[in-house]
Amino acid sequence: MDKLYESQKLAIWYFAVAIVLFGAQLLFGLVGAIQFVNPDFLFGVLDFSIGRMLHINALVVWLLLGFIGAIYWFLPKEFGREVVGIKLGKLAFFILVAAVTVVVLVYIFIQIGPGDWKTLWFITEGREYIEAPRWADIGIVAVALVVFYNVVATALAAKKITGITGVLIVDLGALFGLYLAGMFYTPNISVDQFYWWWVVHLWVEATWEVLIGVLMAWSLMYLLGSSRKLVETWLYVEVFLVFGTGILGLGHHYFWIGTPEYWLGIGGFFSALEPIPLVAMIIHAIYDAGMHKLRTANRPALFWVFAQAFGNFLGAGVWGFMQTLPQINLYSHGTQMAASHGHLAFFGAYVAANLAVLYIIVGELRMKGITPQKGVKYVLDSKAWRYAYVGMIISIIGMTAALLVAGFEQTLQERAIGGSTWQAYIDAQEHPWFKEAMLWRLGFGVLFFVSYIILIYDLLTIKPKPVKEEEIETELGAVPEKA
Amino acid sequence: MKIGWLEVTVASIFIVIFLTLIFSRGSNWLEPKFWRNAAIFSGVIMTIFLIFLTFDTHRYINMGGINVPEPDVINNKILYVYDDAKGYYVPKIEGQEGFFGKIWSKEEASALIDKGKKTIQSRNCMDCHTLLGNGAYYAPDLTKAWLDPKWEQLIMPVVGKSMKEEAMATWLQNPDKYPTWTRKMPNLRLTPEEAKAVVAYLKYMSAIYTNGFPDHFGVAAK
Repeated sequence: MDKLYESQKLAIWYFAVAIVLFGAQLLFGLVGAIQFVNPDFLFGVLDFSIGRMLHINALVVWLLLGFIGAIYWFLPKEFGREVVGIKLGKLAFFILVAAVTVVVLVYIFIQIGPGDWKTLWFITEGREYIEAPRWADIGIVAVALVVFYNVVATALAAKKITGITGVLIVDLGALFGLYLAGMFYTPNISVDQFYWWWVVHLWVEATWEVLIGVLMAWSLMYLLGSSRKLVETWLYVEVFLVFGTGILGLGHHYFWIGTPEYWLGIGGFFSALEPIPLVAMIIHAIYDAGMHKLRTANRPALFWVFAQAFGNFLGAGVWGFMQTLPQINLYSHGTQMAASHGHLAFFGAYVAANLAVLYIIVGELRMKGITPQKGVKYVLDSKAWRYAYVGMIISIIGMTAALLVAGFEQTLQERAIGGSTWQAYIDAQEHPWFKEAMLWRLGFGVLFFVSYIILIYDLLTIKPKPVKEEEIETELGAVPEKA
Repeated sequence: MKIGWLEVTVASIFIVIFLTLIFSRGSNWLEPKFWRNAAIFSGVIMTIFLIFLTFDTHRYINMGGINVPEPDVINNKILYVYDDAKGYYVPKIEGQEGFFGKIWSKEEASALIDKGKKTIQSRNCMDCHTLLGNGAYYAPDLTKAWLDPKWEQLIMPVVGKSMKEEAMATWLQNPDKYPTWTRKMPNLRLTPEEAKAVVAYLKYMSAIYTNGFPDHFGVAAK
């Protein structure tokens, strides 16, 4: 078996940090879940606002690290050569890790500052999801530029462009460029939120979805030996549908922030169509798997691809559609309905994708020490990954369901009946449906964390197993059809 | 010019399909080329529409625009009333009532609103509360918080202030001292100036035209 490219070693580092931050995300999530049940827990030490910020920021950062790691893993194989400027890429990695560490320490120990520029530059910008202070924003942009340079320069040096890498380059340009829209201050909250959504929405509902399309296209080729032409054509269909619905679907965030009334129609219409590309992704995954009769050498990775396809459709598609029409959103907006959607969507669309790629990497790495024997094929398999897989899926569905019940209750009691006042909010939070839902959510949250521990154990111990009788169409670490 | 949502929707979709078909002449619809064209045109055309709509939206969301007031709106009395023609609640800006017992000049009001916004960001309000419906769900929505009946009903008597602004500022500096239920707001160490600025921002935000959100705020359902 070939030696690893330097770029692939870098990919492993990216994933190592990502998976640790995944754990941090879960821990801070548990703190928040406990505070919903017992508000005195860590009150004044790690208030909900701080724990929740760490919960969602760890999520965003670890997913991004995973995406970048996945790109560094697949890119040299796609081009058949080392990534150009890989030393710079490694330097950027260390800068990023150092910056993330400093930001997290400041979040935990300094938390807040006075209402002036210094706080916005060095402590927090206080804008949900992109709270990172301005100095860190600049660092993130610098690292993003290095990753972008690595990808483009490698394509130029290899003097070829595949359909997948073409989409990747355009998408990365848009993804990183959009971050700039989140890097300014204005006293006008309507303008602030208008562009804030350019980052948040056009990331998770447009450019991230396309990036996932790219990663899943590669994954299906490696896991099932799918044909490149088929995979690339589907990728184009997905890009067409994601951009066709998701860009103006942005309008579903422009219902109530001071924006003109026409956004109710535009946002409602296009966002209602946003599930369509996710259906396309499911069809694609199922079709390919059926064509190849599930004969993959990497079972956990293939099953995480399935979890991705279904989770993305249900979490992002169905749960999003549930509350995207303005006549419903008027009452469901800003309730636990959104939290319910967020949990299932991020897990399905992005967490599952990163785990699929991670298992592809693990499968190839663990084949390194094995001398293949004639007539023997190797399958990456274990009992533990099944427990982690089932445990995570059950617990995310449990959390989603609990939050949905809480969200329904809030929509009805606080918004529709109560008129959204302070007291209406309190009444809704004290309602038995809400309180019970929060207990269930906490329970499933604990189960999710246990599943995470099993996942870590499995990632460290899973090994390729020799199989004789079974027909396996792919090999761990083999390079699929060249462009 | 007034933009209709249906025209935008139909036009954007029509142009994407039209250009895709024109540029894919001669190739089968199952070929990669057809879908590559579709992907390119949907990305480009939808982006162009978004940019066009963004320019138009700024006419509404700039301070002093159609939906968003100037900072000195804090001098005015603000109501939230049912609009028969629209079929939903809209902010109603009436004559001057002053703020903290005085009329603020344009410059003073701008500086105060700026301070309020920075304070709101520096204390991470959005990671517990929702503002204009966006944020976290651990504490009440603040979109129309200035108009919340609780200030008069509970907070003014409890903190012992007869002026609503002063009661709000006092409460915001000591939320842990005056809890309203089991889930307390932490003391975020607001200075008196910061508290005043945050109150100003809440009043300013309540005057933003939000297409009827939140519905019948402060009025029990009929």
